[in-house]
Amino acid sequence: MGLVRTKGGFDMGERGKLGERGKNDEMKHRRTNLEAVEPESDKPASDKPEIRDSMGAPVTPPKPEARLGREVQAKIGQQLRSMYDDVVNQGVPQHITDLVRRLSDQD
Amino acid sequence: MKLDPAIRDQVLSTVPSLRAFAISLCGNIDRADDLVQETLLRALSHIDSFEPGTNMPAWLFTILRNLFRSEYRKRRREVEDADGRYAETLKSHPEQTGRVEFEEFRTALAKLPSDQREALILVGASGFSYEDAAGICGCAVGTIKSRVNRARTRLADLLAIDSVDDFGPDRPTRAVLAGGGRN
Repeated sequence: MGLVRTKGGFDMGERGKLGERGKNDEMKHRRTNLEAVEPESDKPASDKPEIRDSMGAPVTPPKPEARLGREVQAKIGQQLRSMYDDVVNQGVPQHITDLVRRLSDQD
Repeated sequence: MKLDPAIRDQVLSTVPSLRAFAISLCGNIDRADDLVQETLLRALSHIDSFEPGTNMPAWLFTILRNLFRSEYRKRRREVEDADGRYAETLKSHPEQTGRVEFEEFRTALAKLPSDQREALILVGASGFSYEDAAGICGCAVGTIKSRVNRARTRLADLLAIDSVDDFGPDRPTRAVLAGGGRN
């Protein structure tokens, strides 16, 4: 297959540069894992038949849309997290804390 | 039966992310807070069905998503932050990227089909694995990957991002802005 798959997701070097990430340590599950996947497919890429040329060598099929560059993906991810983190950084509203405490103390 | 304080703390520590997810679904901060509250009521009254040691965020996100799908979604298009409260809440943002750029991004995100948007948020912002996101959305991992990819392609399209330079200030500028921006 001519696909380049990055197991660990795309470059998240920008997180460090922003200098503001990673302070939500309580969010242990939090990580970023937007990995490159083949566009326009509802099936895992492994289900696709491999195309070979007349010499029997694998051929990467032309893509309907150019794969997004890693940097563009990184920018989208950055914007997305920035928007999301603005809310995350607001913490837990007092009425929610009160609600959870009250419910968890009930018999 | 009183709730184990450790479980209670796990619930509370998930709330900020749960709110962010709810806002991305509802597009309206008041409705999002109602949704979070209802999710917590439901979760805590069914806490016996949570297996200690398993993924609390994934469990709560699943409940929230199901609630949204069943009850909130039909009301979703009534108001898309008509009074601008959501944008107003995000006070820190202009320090990092321009207000216009942020609004463009939010508008583009709102144009995505909801299944693509939620997949993108779960994986790209909430930080769930594709497997957890598939569990939360009740679909196959391949479907989540496809939705995330379509969402990103569509976003890039809507924002007409052809190069990094089209996406706001250059890196050094952004680093300076970010460094001086918060806390």
